[in-house]
Amino acid sequence: MTIDLILFFGIAAIAVISAISMLVSRNAVYSALFLVLNFVAIASLYLLLNAAFIAMVQVTVYAGAIMVLFLFVIMLLGAEKVETGPSLPWQLPVAILLGLVLIAEFAYVLFGRVTQIGGELAGVGEGFGSPASVGRTLFDQYLIPFEVTSILLLVAMVGSIVLTRDDRKESR
Amino acid sequence: MDLLLLLEWSIKSVVIIVIILGGFAYTTLYERRANARIQTRIGPNRAGPWGLLQPIADAIKLIFKEELIPDKSDKVLFVLAPVITVVPALILLAVIPMGPDILGFKLGLADDINVGVLYIMAVASIAVYGIVIAGWASNNKYALLGGLRASAQMVSYELSLGLAFIGPILIANTMNIREIVVAQKGLWYIVLQPLGFLIYFIAAVAEVNRAPFDMPEAEQELIAGYHVEYSGLKFALFFMAEYGKMIVISFIGATLFLGGYWGPFVDQAPLLGPFYLFAKVVILLFVLIWIRATFPRIRYDRLMAFGWKIMLPAALFNVVITAAIVLLVGG
Repeated sequence: MTIDLILFFGIAAIAVISAISMLVSRNAVYSALFLVLNFVAIASLYLLLNAAFIAMVQVTVYAGAIMVLFLFVIMLLGAEKVETGPSLPWQLPVAILLGLVLIAEFAYVLFGRVTQIGGELAGVGEGFGSPASVGRTLFDQYLIPFEVTSILLLVAMVGSIVLTRDDRKESR
Repeated sequence: MDLLLLLEWSIKSVVIIVIILGGFAYTTLYERRANARIQTRIGPNRAGPWGLLQPIADAIKLIFKEELIPDKSDKVLFVLAPVITVVPALILLAVIPMGPDILGFKLGLADDINVGVLYIMAVASIAVYGIVIAGWASNNKYALLGGLRASAQMVSYELSLGLAFIGPILIANTMNIREIVVAQKGLWYIVLQPLGFLIYFIAAVAEVNRAPFDMPEAEQELIAGYHVEYSGLKFALFFMAEYGKMIVISFIGATLFLGGYWGPFVDQAPLLGPFYLFAKVVILLFVLIWIRATFPRIRYDRLMAFGWKIMLPAALFNVVITAAIVLLVGG
């Protein structure tokens, strides 16, 4: 139990520091790499929670696929340096407001409902979080949302291909 | 009890790293000797009997070389990139079962986890970072182009690689690599999945940037691609990553498709298991070297077209057919 706790605080520190570094970093490549570190730290937290499947999917999809494409685009466009042009004037107050709302929500959950968090949690069944149980839940209980999501992604993919094809014809 | 377990894991981790490091050293010699034979040359045979001390001589040479860090490079990432490149090659073997249980002792570090195949996918998918960072941090147009090509190539072929894994998963009905090997006791999956094995092998060669898919470091166009600015031990680390990954893909191919540690008489003498696995890995390594000696490099646009227009549909077809047959026969 104590080893789990030490590991949790170590990984959580990495996650928080990498998230802050991502925000304050002036170089987009560094920001992207800090975000990758953050994803890997979160995946380690999933591992601590005995959710190996989610951890592996997190690393494969976010750290492995999406962030590689982000990095690819940043490098291809040479957009790693942040320009010092005029930023959105209303962005700062809105961001502060939304941040305060989020902190208030956290505080409410943490302190207002402390009995529920500190109280007894329902135990998890055998094989909880294993690939088989996740798959069964996904394809039995949540089949329609799952299929709708996949169709949505397919439409987005086809859409992007159609857009780039049109572009190419015009330039000929 | 906990301490003993920790000790066991530490020892196994060290053994895995030693396998990769020792394997790296001798795969370079193996490749140079085999390549030389294919080209009717002799190859390095001066250092020690049959050139067996050649890797040590190479290592000493590389250690004493001057380490250059370009002035305009991004120093932190420039130094970090070779390290990031090596790590995936070192940690992938953790999920490979090296042999059957011997007197209740497991040969393999984490071969019994239920996400073994996904672990391979996850680590393979982050293996691209070292190369991309190296290309960007060098602040050299050839290195950057090499890094970009590498990332595009690896992202493209990763899809086919992942789909090729689905065949064995479907037939064995598990993602636990030890169980996949145990399920191959009577029949190796290369018999049931010939197309799957072919797709795995081609995609894996592209993943580790080996000839004929070594586009990221094409000499004629990019000088040496992402590691053009690296010298000395940092260059050696890139070299180590490439050969380590060669060994790892041979291990994975042997485990998922060629029956892992199974072979004649393993039932009676489980100690034979690791030797069969080793033999299969050596054979697959030879195939990799043979391919490099035989095929010319593929042009970049053809490489991408091949990945998306032939490999991916073939891999999808393989998955659909396998799934249908497994459903009909009842797994």
